[in-house]
Amino acid sequence: MTKRAQFDKVSLSFETPKGRLNVVEDVSYDINDGDFIAVIGPSGCGKTTMMSMLAGFQKPTTGKVLFDGRPVAGPGPERGVIFQEYGVFPWLTVKQNIAFGLTLKANHAATAERDAICDHYLDLMGLSDFANSYPKHLSGGMRQRLAIARAYAVKPQFLLMDEPFGALDAQTRSNMQNLLLKVLETEGKTVMLITHSVEEAIYLASRIVVVTARPARIKEIIDVPFTYPRDESIQERPEFAELRSHIRQLVMDEYRAQQAQMRPVSFSE
Amino acid sequence: MNGAGLRRLGLGLIPWIGAILLWYAVRWSGFVNVSLIPAPHQVAAKFFELLTKEGLLIDIFASTRRVFLGVALGILVAVPVGFLLGWYRPARTFADPMINFFRALPPIALIPLVIVYFGVDELAKLVILFYASFFSGVIVMYEGVSQITPLYIRVAQTLGANQAEIFRKVIIPLTVPHILTALRVALGVAWATLVASELIAAQRGLGAMIQNASTYFLLDVIYVGIICIGLIALIMDLILRKITARLLIWQDRAIA
Repeated sequence: MTKRAQFDKVSLSFETPKGRLNVVEDVSYDINDGDFIAVIGPSGCGKTTMMSMLAGFQKPTTGKVLFDGRPVAGPGPERGVIFQEYGVFPWLTVKQNIAFGLTLKANHAATAERDAICDHYLDLMGLSDFANSYPKHLSGGMRQRLAIARAYAVKPQFLLMDEPFGALDAQTRSNMQNLLLKVLETEGKTVMLITHSVEEAIYLASRIVVVTARPARIKEIIDVPFTYPRDESIQERPEFAELRSHIRQLVMDEYRAQQAQMRPVSFSE
Repeated sequence: MNGAGLRRLGLGLIPWIGAILLWYAVRWSGFVNVSLIPAPHQVAAKFFELLTKEGLLIDIFASTRRVFLGVALGILVAVPVGFLLGWYRPARTFADPMINFFRALPPIALIPLVIVYFGVDELAKLVILFYASFFSGVIVMYEGVSQITPLYIRVAQTLGANQAEIFRKVIIPLTVPHILTALRVALGVAWATLVASELIAAQRGLGAMIQNASTYFLLDVIYVGIICIGLIALIMDLILRKITARLLIWQDRAIA
């Protein structure tokens, strides 16, 4: 299996008025081609920072973050990012949003090809009826579907998702999870998902990285024993329940540790 | 026009009718000397007289052109300057006190200096209006631009946009609403400053007309001038609002 992304003894810290704040500490793990990695840990622990370094928004203080063997120098279209706040462009219609990446020099597509790609994802994400609407007319779930369609349109090999369904209601959330599994089946991508939902991690991921309270270190890496394609029935399986209580325990321990060391300074993850 | 449009027009007219009625009421109440308040119908008659015999349209044109030029030039400079101040935090710390200093100065206080440096011609009036438009526009621009969220830029980067594409496809669309707001604010301020700018030996213009009328105590002419300024400013604002609504159809709030 080829290594897509590698965290090699990665640490990240900030200088603050109250001293040095370690956000990520000595994290090493590999993400192989075709992996679906879920990173889980207490909120504010620094898991988004990990993703942010792989996306190219932040640089590690020490250690290396590699993508396809090369250090990450900045954001790029081969690493698609789905943000928790969706980030759909409000001044563009749904279709123009999907086409955005294809109008750029980096992945320019001819008009006919662009149309075909847009139609494909409009259909796949159930947005065809809204092709010419502005995002203000879309619900939260539809906006996130649009963000996913837009990221997919430029054909990234790697997808980074930062709590993508965190702001959605339970029903929409579970629909989106199923849609994501369905899309991954046909499109086959490598995924790194940041989440705080244990069920979501087990249901979607092939491997789960549990991280500690800040500074984020690796607590445990767990292989999920279910094969793809998956459906909701696996959530009824005894292995699912066992795994869930095991991971919950790990996360709860870290949550308590975090409460105990709570400091007044608060940083976004 | 449909029923809803008619109703809106009717609702919009009510306060005007009320204002005219109040005007008559004050005049007839006996509390104020009648010779100090020309009646609305007298002002209307004066309006037609000025329009047909005294070339009121020339005054309107002269004033509108001054405001238009002053605002156009002011905003032309305010947009890039306000953008830079909003975008680069250090530039803002650097220029903020300066801008607030000059913004606080009433243009009328600058008139003597403007006369000294720019004479009494058209240029002097333009300078005053430019000054007023620029400082009101630049504040709106930089307040707006500094509130643009970096999220959209990050999204564009992850899709592969380079610096030029980010500017053209993300930053410009996000700046347009602020340019339009700056334009509206500047237009309002420029009309308010017009009379002051026309204090400088203007031959024609609504401000000049008001000035001259006050010398001869022609109250009805003053009323005509004031109402004309208000109406033209109102019409310009309405047009701008229509354009804004068209350009910013994607925005959540309805503007028009």
